Amino acid sequence: MRFGVLQFPGSCDEIDALHAARRVGDAELLWHGTQDLKGVAAVVVPGGFSYGDYLRAGAIARFAPVMEAVISFAREGGLVLGICNGFQVLCEAHLLPGALLPNANRRFTSRQVQLEVVQGDTDFTRACPASLSIPAKHSWGRYYADEATLDELEASGQVLLRYAPTENFNGSLRDIAGVRNAAGNVFGLMPHPEHAVDPLTGSTDGLCIFESMRLAMEGAHA
Amino acid sequence: MRARVLIRPKAGILDPQGEAVARALPALGFTGARNVHIGRLVELDVEDPAQLDSMCEKLLANPLIEDYEVQLLDPGA
Repeated sequence: MRFGVLQFPGSCDEIDALHAARRVGDAELLWHGTQDLKGVAAVVVPGGFSYGDYLRAGAIARFAPVMEAVISFAREGGLVLGICNGFQVLCEAHLLPGALLPNANRRFTSRQVQLEVVQGDTDFTRACPASLSIPAKHSWGRYYADEATLDELEASGQVLLRYAPTENFNGSLRDIAGVRNAAGNVFGLMPHPEHAVDPLTGSTDGLCIFESMRLAMEGAHA
Repeated sequence: MRARVLIRPKAGILDPQGEAVARALPALGFTGARNVHIGRLVELDVEDPAQLDSMCEKLLANPLIEDYEVQLLDPGA
């Protein structure tokens, strides 16, 4: 069960994502200039500032050669997890609905956040408890979609994570912290599960996201 | 052909930069300035101005959250 973690110029969380994935399986880095996903069973688009976040966060990375391969991989049902900048990239690539706007508080914010797992029966949350405590660190994390899209996301169970009451520091609409696509194989979230996989850093709650993906990959190959 | 693309946050979308500037102006004694919005300006030379809309839709703007306006700068265009 091998994860592939993308690496763009300006990525900064790819090593933590690699370590997190290795807690539950095998993992390797995939350079942005390649179109060869090397047969991985899941892709992680990591956090950071891909291509300097020039123009808009994720706007340039979305056209990287590796993203062409990831878009095909996702269309064929492959599991794709986007964290923070990775979430922004997946939205720009139209693999996920909506967009990320500057935080309502206008600040880069780095803090532990409490999350509610809204849907626990998905390929990304199956191993998760009802609530998670993991870090978030971003200045462009305010989830936005138009009202009709938000209604549809909620009705179809695509909102997987919400900020707990009083925890929505970035002003995300309807407290949304993480959403999946309609097919259920692409998931993006602003907080960082890969930074919460060892007691050393205060929480291991992020591990359940990777463990859920491992279970889904094993199920697919069973 | 020289072109200028103005990109603005869509109406109704919270613009924290614009709000911050709107609050800073009165502090400097400039009263009566309202509805401040901050966007981006892209200037470029293009061989085929007909491609500008497509450039905006695909890369320069995110149509979900931004409006764009294309201006052709060469006289007589």
